[in-house]
Amino acid sequence: MISLQPDFCDVTIPEGDHYKMADYASGKARWCSGCGAHTILNSVQKLCKDEQLAPENTVFVSGIGCSSRFPHYMKTYGFHGLHGRAFPVASGVKFRRPDLNVFMVTGDGDCCSIGAGHWVHAIRYNMKMVVLLFDNSIYGLTKKQTSPTSPLGTVSNTHPKGSILPPINPIQATLGLANVSFVAQTVDWKPAHLHATIKKAYDHPGLAFVRVVQRCPVFMRDNYEPTMSDPDAITVLHHNEGIVLEEKAMSKFRHVTEHDPSDIVKAREVAELVKTTTPIGLFYQNKNASRYDEYGAHNLGISVEDRVGAIDSLMDRYAI
Amino acid sequence: MNSTSEVVHTETHHPKRDIIKEAVVEIVSDSGEGAQKCGQSLGIISAKMGNGVWTVEIIPAEIQPPARSKAGASGIRVRMGSDKITNMGDHADMVVALNEQVLYGRIDQNAYKPGTYLLIENKWANSSSKDIRQNYQDSIKKFTELGYKIFEIPMEEECLKFVSDARKGKNMWVLGLICNVYDRDLTISATQVKYIFRKKSEEVIQSNLDLLHAGYDWANDNLPMHFTIPSQLSDDDFVVMNGNEAISLGIMAAGIEVCSMYPITPATSATHAMAETIESAGGIIHQAEDEIAAIGFAIGASYAGKTAVTITSGPGIALKTEFIGLAVMSEIPLVIIDVQRGGPSTGLPTKVEQGDLLAVLYGAAGDAPKIVLAASTIEECFHYVILARKLAESFRTPVFVLTDANLATGVQPFPRPKIKAEWFTGPIDQSRWKEGVKAYDWDSSTGLSKRPIPGQKGGMYTLTGLAHDEESHVAYDPAINQRAAESRSRKLAALHQTLKTPMVNGDKTGDLLLVGWGSTRGAIEEAVEQAREKGVKVSSLHLHFLSPIEPGLKSIFEQFKKVMTVEINYSDTLGNPLITEENRRYAQLAWYLRAHTLIDIDCFSNVYGQPLSPIQILKMLEKELELTLTE
Repeated sequence: MISLQPDFCDVTIPEGDHYKMADYASGKARWCSGCGAHTILNSVQKLCKDEQLAPENTVFVSGIGCSSRFPHYMKTYGFHGLHGRAFPVASGVKFRRPDLNVFMVTGDGDCCSIGAGHWVHAIRYNMKMVVLLFDNSIYGLTKKQTSPTSPLGTVSNTHPKGSILPPINPIQATLGLANVSFVAQTVDWKPAHLHATIKKAYDHPGLAFVRVVQRCPVFMRDNYEPTMSDPDAITVLHHNEGIVLEEKAMSKFRHVTEHDPSDIVKAREVAELVKTTTPIGLFYQNKNASRYDEYGAHNLGISVEDRVGAIDSLMDRYAI
Repeated sequence: MNSTSEVVHTETHHPKRDIIKEAVVEIVSDSGEGAQKCGQSLGIISAKMGNGVWTVEIIPAEIQPPARSKAGASGIRVRMGSDKITNMGDHADMVVALNEQVLYGRIDQNAYKPGTYLLIENKWANSSSKDIRQNYQDSIKKFTELGYKIFEIPMEEECLKFVSDARKGKNMWVLGLICNVYDRDLTISATQVKYIFRKKSEEVIQSNLDLLHAGYDWANDNLPMHFTIPSQLSDDDFVVMNGNEAISLGIMAAGIEVCSMYPITPATSATHAMAETIESAGGIIHQAEDEIAAIGFAIGASYAGKTAVTITSGPGIALKTEFIGLAVMSEIPLVIIDVQRGGPSTGLPTKVEQGDLLAVLYGAAGDAPKIVLAASTIEECFHYVILARKLAESFRTPVFVLTDANLATGVQPFPRPKIKAEWFTGPIDQSRWKEGVKAYDWDSSTGLSKRPIPGQKGGMYTLTGLAHDEESHVAYDPAINQRAAESRSRKLAALHQTLKTPMVNGDKTGDLLLVGWGSTRGAIEEAVEQAREKGVKVSSLHLHFLSPIEPGLKSIFEQFKKVMTVEINYSDTLGNPLITEENRRYAQLAWYLRAHTLIDIDCFSNVYGQPLSPIQILKMLEKELELTLTE
């Protein structure tokens, strides 16, 4: 129950049927204790509540991996499909259903390795959806194999002497793709920034690609603890059109750099910072990029008579 | 007003015509000379006259093969007859060749017989190239030795009387020539020529009409052979098209909203045929980034309640296999069309094979039962897509429609389908999901369940390819996995209950029963008919449902001394080195039927990449039954 200005009026009104956080939660998330996925789940459920998304009109699509268990913990529609193939499924869901809120959850193996071909094209399709890349730089579900985003030298079960090749930079790679319209990065352990980023992504009219740098306390503790404990390790990208935080939240960051998210050339430069620091914020946004889902919806609702007429006139061409 | 002047055609004399029941004509040339346009027109003209027709294209594998080469043969075969024609027939009766070299490939394929008329462009005899002149003379000599009846024809010279570039229009002169030889109606022919060039200038239309008439007159005055193929006009409306065009119309008539594909021969021309129309018919073609994405996209659309199809060929099926398993496991309706080609691997992209049957039935991790239909005629290519869409939704499962390169490019007239609104799907169900009903409420007797669609209040569930319980919760409980597998399999048993016992073509008892599936039906039935006329106790049976299998087969088979499948895929031949009863690998349907019926079913199959012809089957019967049926 919400009280209306008690000093002005004594009347209370019923809260109504607003969805609460709990209305979006399903079961108990079975990620490891301390896994960054828990905070992302919490942030997404808060977004759903804040936006009052109808659960029946909301679909979470995922691939395979630790991250991809995500839809099972949402009380919405979900599609936990194949390894690497979340992009085509999510695109198919959205293509002719403009009324659905589509979210896609993927991991560094799912997106940047086995599904990399689809990643390239989904960015180009630019359908309205939020894509969350849970990047913990390791294969967790299959027990510690090198991922394409593992830092050079990462010791894993497939590379016990350390990984051999430099990692893919998913931000830089996405910024290089045709028709890219939204690229942001955040970290799971800064809830205010994480949430502001997810909200900005949700508001974007196109495919919003968010890489969440994520803790894996079981297999990659050495990788994240220094970043988490060192206040100098993160650089915040600041701009009025970017991820805007309240002053109090902002004051927690020591390193802030101005970055205009409409400048894709600068965005690519900033993406290179990843070699020395962890830049978080909005790298690039273009609200006017072409959208394939608009094309997919352009001929919805044609009458049965018109459909029959169109087929009949093609049939006429074959008539003898 | 149409200002094209009508040429009043006056024949100088009316040649005596032999009445024949049917004829097989081929036009072969280098790519780009319009042979296919010529043959397609001949097919349409004949169909309009009321003749039965089957046309099949002769396609080189390359886009621009070298000119005057054996590999470059591009063309078309047209079989026209007084009765219904269901296959490409045996040897050609007459061939028009725009150069002599392209004939070699067809001769290798045994397409001609001694006595076949070869009408060859003679301009090569006077070529400025010594090599060409020599090759031409050598070929004419060789063809004569092979027993063909050669006519060297001044096609170029005659065409140059009307056009400055004979490449543009020679095909219409040839059409006129063939129309005279086989007594095609000139008014219908002229209408067809005008239709072909309807988007061109009056001048172009007129010069092509002139060429048509000139070819007709030339044949009238210079050729000794003239035939008539009696025909009967029907009052019914007919359409004439190839199998891929029929599929494309079927996709639209089925109310498909998403056709998701990746280019692959020989399936893609189906997409071309509907590309201009499908959006007005309520659908969209999505050209995906790869075969895997194509089916993933279709599955996503179907999950969201939009009817979807993916269309491909063998290599595409291989790539889609994991998603097919997911669609079976999570019970997503989907139509998958496989226009088969030669395999394995990249194989024979433009050639005929029925090599995907077992891959489609069993090519999955674990048990993945799905519905599999095979079209045997062009008309079925249309109707089976509509049937498949309905089955996919009723049984909440992927449904395959198998066709092949023979049906894809074969052209045949059939009664014009009247598009019915009930073939379409209605709007997506967005009513509140009934409380208490689970996402997979498997009916214990049929395995069937209703699926919730995003947008339905109270129906929220997370679909998964993992083992799951009725509520779609991930479940590794042994009993749940067993029950779920039984439910998915039972759906096929439920469909099986509704199928009819197939009809036997011929007597229900006899010495031999031939069993086929897919595009071989016309050739098998024609061979059986010919053999039966000579007193052979042979019958045939053609399967359309491969999964679930049609009922009653065992008792039908038991009425014959021997049962044998006839297929276009690989099988070992007994008598070949090392091949024994113990290690012999059978043709695909034979394996399947042996397992189903426990009957010792034999097979006749090959992978020459060609459609089966009646004579091949008759020759097999001669060997099998120790008879003489062919000359």
